[in-house]
Amino acid sequence: MAFLDKHKAIETHATLLLVLSFLVVTIGGLVQIVPLFYLQNTIENVEGVRPYSPLELAGREIYIREGCYVCHSQMIRPMRDEVERYGHYSLAAESQYDHPFQWGSKRTGPDLARVGGKYSNLWHVEHLTNPEAVVPESVMPKYGFLLDRPLDGKYILDSMKANKLVGVPYTDEDLANAQADFAAQVDPDADTTGLMARYPKAVVANFDGVAGVSEMDALVAYLQVLGTMVDFSTFKPDASR
Amino acid sequence: MSAKQTNRKPGEVETTGHVWDGIEELNNPLPKWWLYIFYITIVFSIVYAILYPAWPMLTRATPGLLGYSTRGALAAEMERFDAQQQPMRDKLVATPLDQVQNDPELLQFAQDAGAAVFRTNCAQCHGSGAAGVQAGGFPNLLDDDWLWGGTLDDIVTTVTHGVRNTDDPDARYSQMPAFGKDGLLTPEQVGAVVQYVMSFSNAATDPGLVDEGKQIFADNCAACHGEDGKGDRAQGAPNLTDAIWLYGGDQATLTNTVTNARFGVMPSWSMRGMSESDIRAVALYVHGLGGGE
Repeated sequence: MAFLDKHKAIETHATLLLVLSFLVVTIGGLVQIVPLFYLQNTIENVEGVRPYSPLELAGREIYIREGCYVCHSQMIRPMRDEVERYGHYSLAAESQYDHPFQWGSKRTGPDLARVGGKYSNLWHVEHLTNPEAVVPESVMPKYGFLLDRPLDGKYILDSMKANKLVGVPYTDEDLANAQADFAAQVDPDADTTGLMARYPKAVVANFDGVAGVSEMDALVAYLQVLGTMVDFSTFKPDASR
Repeated sequence: MSAKQTNRKPGEVETTGHVWDGIEELNNPLPKWWLYIFYITIVFSIVYAILYPAWPMLTRATPGLLGYSTRGALAAEMERFDAQQQPMRDKLVATPLDQVQNDPELLQFAQDAGAAVFRTNCAQCHGSGAAGVQAGGFPNLLDDDWLWGGTLDDIVTTVTHGVRNTDDPDARYSQMPAFGKDGLLTPEQVGAVVQYVMSFSNAATDPGLVDEGKQIFADNCAACHGEDGKGDRAQGAPNLTDAIWLYGGDQATLTNTVTNARFGVMPSWSMRGMSESDIRAVALYVHGLGGGE
């Protein structure tokens, strides 16, 4: 190719080389960086998606700590087999308050994106304590120790503030009530009007049947809200996205 | 540096003309097959970017001339399979449940569809073989001992609305009081009534307490479980006389049950989006497992 042989003219002219190199790097940079500024337009506006309640957020941290994402994904892909098994495919908006998201990349266990409400609280506690008791063929490890680890919610406010810093819209009211909401969600007798107003569809229950907040309570509260925030009986996703 | 040398003998490689201390930089051409495949990939990427969604723009990506989208492809595929199955589904919904067995083709469809629905949604609690899990109080669906009734209509109602969930106002509901925990009975009274309940299946370990337990049972338990302890399906109160136990029939388990009151929860499958034909199919499947009435 003859025109490629002309590079000598560029390579022997320092200013020209500098200008042209800058041009190439600029184009490359624009192509890679500019789309990131429009990332927001890939997220549909979906009604119902809300930040996690304090207890759910604590449960989510346990989910991450225990490495649940290594074997469980939270991403139902738009394919018939997945939709038939797990439910409506995941929307970007459903993990917009996840920092970091828990889409995962490996399914040893089933996808958990819509596990919320599928099983009873009792089932989750039984299953986390001894998976083989309810699903004999399961290879999941036992997490019964979560029952013995109390949570006092000491750091929950810090955790919410950190999330707010990266864009989760916790209001001042949310932050002011963090500790109260944290405790109220495991107490069926508590006044949960405020909690339910701030975090609609939150599941309030004494999940593990033992007084006080344990890591089990938090994890089950998190699992029970997964995929339940969007009402797919009224929401119609953009067909060609 | 010197001029590029091209006047080489055949078989010798062209150089770039760069020489340092007599060492020349060879200029091996790329293999032709590699080079042309490379050019083809460039052309392919351009054609692809025109036909399919590719470049992110201000509000959304370029849609591409073919109008393809993963969501659209999924919808088309779902529609194709729905269209295949729709005649049978319609037939299943239209046929009265007790008539389905007269139509072998329809029964086969219902059993196959029901088995798939069961494995996806029910097996996690009731077990892949439907034998339940006693440790968790998940009922066995193979036997003829039914909490809420074992006819096809009963099973359809249970699957449709679930049991004791908070989502569905029509869910089957009943709640046993926590007799021990809430102080309705003293520990001694609980012990006695447990002995009486065990005596139904001739398993009492302390027959001396049975008579005392009988009176306590009549006062506290008979309203739901019946005078004779045979239960009441309208309230999901288990039959206590058949030696089939939801949580277990030994003294310790029964004491725990009477003290703390235990009962299970089942989701409202209609509200979780299960279609009417799927509900009928899984009811027929469960009914056909052996215990159906």
